[in-house]
Amino acid sequence: MVADFDTGIPPHLVNSNFAMSSKPAKPKQPMPPLNVWGPAVALAWFVPGGGHFLLKRYGRAGLLLAAVLLMFLFGLMMQGELLKPQSGDLLTILMYYGGFLCNVLTGLPYMIATWFGYAQPDVAGAVHDYGTKFLVTAGLLNVLAMVDAYEIAIGKKS
Amino acid sequence: MPKVTLSHFEAALLFSLFTSIVLGVVTKRTDHDRLVYGLYCFAWFVVVLFGLGWLMYLGHG
Repeated sequence: MVADFDTGIPPHLVNSNFAMSSKPAKPKQPMPPLNVWGPAVALAWFVPGGGHFLLKRYGRAGLLLAAVLLMFLFGLMMQGELLKPQSGDLLTILMYYGGFLCNVLTGLPYMIATWFGYAQPDVAGAVHDYGTKFLVTAGLLNVLAMVDAYEIAIGKKS
Repeated sequence: MPKVTLSHFEAALLFSLFTSIVLGVVTKRTDHDRLVYGLYCFAWFVVVLFGLGWLMYLGHG
């Protein structure tokens, strides 16, 4: 058992996956410049559908705005809770920090609801629980819209 | 802020509708494909909604 002195790979690894992984990897695509996608993604976060509007996809912008905003408004009207960061056990931290992050990702609707006092305390009941889920999901849907705006801005999608 | 009280079914149906719209808009590349995929997602949401509803009803005994 002699090591392969050309490559420096020990003999027991010459025919293994380790040797195969030494093949040159495909070069990674460079990140597009921030000024190409930054404004669209920032506006997409701030106003649901705003990124698509900036990129002149008016129809899709209107649909995203309507879906995310109505989801958020129904959540508020169902007296859902706008979650705040809260410490405790792991599940509590995950739920409250994650929920808060999702709420913030809704952008302007979240800020307006918070500033104008529409944030409601937690109320027991199935409808209110649905409301909380509506508020969190509105933020997650807005993330999908932001990713789509990014892909359109960098030319990956039309 | 007006308050709304929806049943489980109505709330789940609204949730399905809004989510399907966004999934349809962001996923596909042509308007036709977006419409079809949005309807496809909505149909699956409703099928799963009824399926889980019956499962819970039967499992409850």
